[in-house]
Amino acid sequence: MSALSQRTIDVIRKNEGPLLASWHANLDASGAARDSRISQAEFESQTKEFLRVLAAGAAMGDVNGMAGNEWSEARTFLERLSRSRALQGFDSQHTANFIFSLKHPLFELLQAEYGKDPADFASQVWAVSELLDGLGLHTVRTFQKSREEVIARQQEELLELSTPVVKLWDGVLALPMIGTLDSQRTQVVMESLLQRIVETGAEIAIIDITGVPTVDTLVAQHLLKTVTAIRLMGADAIISGVRPQIAQTIVHLGLDLQGIVTKANLADALAVALKRSGFVVTKGA
Amino acid sequence: MERIPILRMGEFLLVTIQVDMHDQLAMTLQDDLSERISGTGARGVLIDISALDIVDSFIGRMIATISGLSKIMDAETVVVGMQPAVAITLVELGLTLPGVITALDVERGMRLLRDRLQSR
Repeated sequence: MSALSQRTIDVIRKNEGPLLASWHANLDASGAARDSRISQAEFESQTKEFLRVLAAGAAMGDVNGMAGNEWSEARTFLERLSRSRALQGFDSQHTANFIFSLKHPLFELLQAEYGKDPADFASQVWAVSELLDGLGLHTVRTFQKSREEVIARQQEELLELSTPVVKLWDGVLALPMIGTLDSQRTQVVMESLLQRIVETGAEIAIIDITGVPTVDTLVAQHLLKTVTAIRLMGADAIISGVRPQIAQTIVHLGLDLQGIVTKANLADALAVALKRSGFVVTKGA
Repeated sequence: MERIPILRMGEFLLVTIQVDMHDQLAMTLQDDLSERISGTGARGVLIDISALDIVDSFIGRMIATISGLSKIMDAETVVVGMQPAVAITLVELGLTLPGVITALDVERGMRLLRDRLQSR
């Protein structure tokens, strides 16, 4: 059982001022406090708040039972802290350092208090160390989770961004695809393109794959699906931007792109589209 | 019994599916349509499925069947107004409906039918 003794908690509460000062000095030394992203006032309120929840948690609960109810306040505080750190763009080391830099001041405090009592001193140092480690790990875990949330959100946004459907001409839509095509992206692309076809009543859709780095059987299958869906809706699809390497790959793989109109570049595809819609392009005298 | 109306417009037949299709309804439509084609001697059939937003493989096959049978009875068939979700579903089901002529809306479908009949 490695709980903090009442004496330790009292010492922490009594020496809050010096403890905070020495913690700040420690954070300053590691360069953590001097950062324009967090104001000094905010920083001080955060350290103060942490000491309070630490003492409150330690007064009620066992150090090992970090998942228990007694620590819920401390957990919430740390989750909020690490989330804000993650959003402000700090790295995990910085975030964890916030907790770990409290160790030294605390140990010093304990040493002064228990100096004549080695057995108690050892057990309390052990307890404090375990407690801070647990809290630090929890912070890092939450930090990572927040970062992953940020990444997931960015991925989603990227998905939206990367599929613009542009109107090239009256009744001609173009979809410049950029990046690797996977099932999820194809789905989003297909949906937005078909939706735009319904909205605009465009009869020809050009899918430009200049920005697609590789075409394999899966990508070809996705393209085929999109083209078929467009045909089912009553519009025509043209695939443009087939680079020489990609054409070679397609032939080597033995992919069947029959029934799909393919063009080397977007200009050719637009020319075909204009011709089919009955437009004639002429050069002025 | 519930039925899908088949309207005659000159030499064309117009079928507008306004309700959710179920299997029996599809079968009835198939029978009715073939009867009407032979009865009226229609040259073209236009099926509007713009109000249809749920399909299964059976309905998908039914669309292909109707198109095929009217072609055999010498009537061109155009399916118009397929919703994006329906098109995606059919493709994912592997029903690519080869041989079925499609158009975006009724107006374009009608124009397509006339063009095809003239060129015959």
